[in-house]
Amino acid sequence: MLLFLQSLTNGLNLGSIYALTALGYTMVYGIIRMINFAHGDFIMIGGFTLFYSIPFMDSIGVPKPFAIIIAILVCVAVGVLTEQIAYKPVRGHGSMTALITALGMSLFLENLALVLFGTTPRNVPAMFDLPNITIGNISLQGKTLLTLSIGIITMILLMIFVQKTTIGKAMRAVPEDRIASALVGINVNRVITVTFALGSGLAAIASMMYVTSYVSIKNELGITLGLKAFAAAILGGIGSIPGAMIGGLLLGLIEIFVKVYLFPSWYEAITYGLLILVLLIKPTGLLGRKDNEKV
Amino acid sequence: MLKIDNLNVHYGVIHAINDVSIEVPDGQIVTLIGANGAGKTTILHTITGLKKATSGSILWNDKELTKEHDYKIVNYKMAHVPEGRHVFANMSVQENLEMGAAFTAEKSDTAELIEDVYKRFPRLRERAKQFAGTLSGGEQQMLAVGRALMSRPKILLMDEPSMGLSPILVQEIFKIIKELHEQGLTILLVEQNARMALSIADQGYVLENGRIKMHDKADELLRNDEVRKAYLGV
Repeated sequence: MLLFLQSLTNGLNLGSIYALTALGYTMVYGIIRMINFAHGDFIMIGGFTLFYSIPFMDSIGVPKPFAIIIAILVCVAVGVLTEQIAYKPVRGHGSMTALITALGMSLFLENLALVLFGTTPRNVPAMFDLPNITIGNISLQGKTLLTLSIGIITMILLMIFVQKTTIGKAMRAVPEDRIASALVGINVNRVITVTFALGSGLAAIASMMYVTSYVSIKNELGITLGLKAFAAAILGGIGSIPGAMIGGLLLGLIEIFVKVYLFPSWYEAITYGLLILVLLIKPTGLLGRKDNEKV
Repeated sequence: MLKIDNLNVHYGVIHAINDVSIEVPDGQIVTLIGANGAGKTTILHTITGLKKATSGSILWNDKELTKEHDYKIVNYKMAHVPEGRHVFANMSVQENLEMGAAFTAEKSDTAELIEDVYKRFPRLRERAKQFAGTLSGGEQQMLAVGRALMSRPKILLMDEPSMGLSPILVQEIFKIIKELHEQGLTILLVEQNARMALSIADQGYVLENGRIKMHDKADELLRNDEVRKAYLGV
């Protein structure tokens, strides 16, 4: 029972990290049909920002959790700048151009981090000093429960935002029909920028969850984590916001449960095997829709 | 009054619209007829900023539109019902209508506007909760018109509203256009169904290879031999 509950929280926690990251991939894909390969690197940037901003906050007497604000600001700035400087000029020049630009951007950020921070993994200082929570003979890590709650609340807020606010409605309208969006008064370029900002902000939250649980970061974090989150977005159906959440949570749960209960060293093979299986049965992913034919 | 003056539009090196001038006086239906690829849709797209003009001017009540962003046009009491309807397929009928008013600067009473649309198109009320993508072609066209009306336009630009519809539905769509006209809306109508378009319009322009070939009162064009042969199949 203890092992099960711990696996469940760990799985949900890892799954939330994947889900928050997958959201960035899926929202950008939904709106401009482009895979933003640099998105994983935004998480690496968030991680390094926390590595510096947590001690900084501590040194100026501000509670350490406030370091996340700096990470969000940095990630949003990097995301928006990437879109404005690298992606916007090549928009409308074909999907292959966009793809190569995104790959280039990812390699650039990764190597920039290599130059700035070197190859030695860094241990990010603890952000939360929380005791473990013990119920009967079951003990769960307080910090994991906290970041898991933050992750879940963030996703709920995102759903409300997209469903209820005007800008959220615009974010749903643009992927559906760009011409109709412009004609009802939506500034499509601004919606694209907001989408990048939002996705990058979610990446900052994901990096906070990551460093809280896994502590160590290096410049390649973006590729490893990004690739899995991308797989999660595909699993849920790329372009679908609820799909990214479900795909991410599922991937995290499967990974942890396979690791704990089945074959510790085979967890990645099994996780990706399942992914391939799902895509064979339903190529659009769990919640993906085939694009409606445009008349 | 919508006044297009010496408009030129290019797609790369292709000169799609060549010195076109069109006037749409307030309260009239003006129709633009011509073959596929003549440039009818391009003209509408240029009016609402979806396509940029190379030169020329588009004045709408003394407001120059050629330099405006596409998303601002809806605030100038101008609504465009695009070719192929362009409804938001994965949103409900009700949501589609809400979108029509959600981004206009003027905060109007959305519920009241939707009620007006439902009164005009009772079919849409029956399907309020359905995804727009599941509607029939005729219902989607009604939804596209309804969504355009949500911004309280003074002029409606309609692009091939009868395309792909059965003869009965074509009649119905043209009846709706006439009603909108009677209620005071100015309409610029692009149609391949030249006979129907000319029969309800005040004036007609014949577009050929991006140039205006003829301009006259609609009933004169209906009697014109050249028009009859080329566009009315007589």
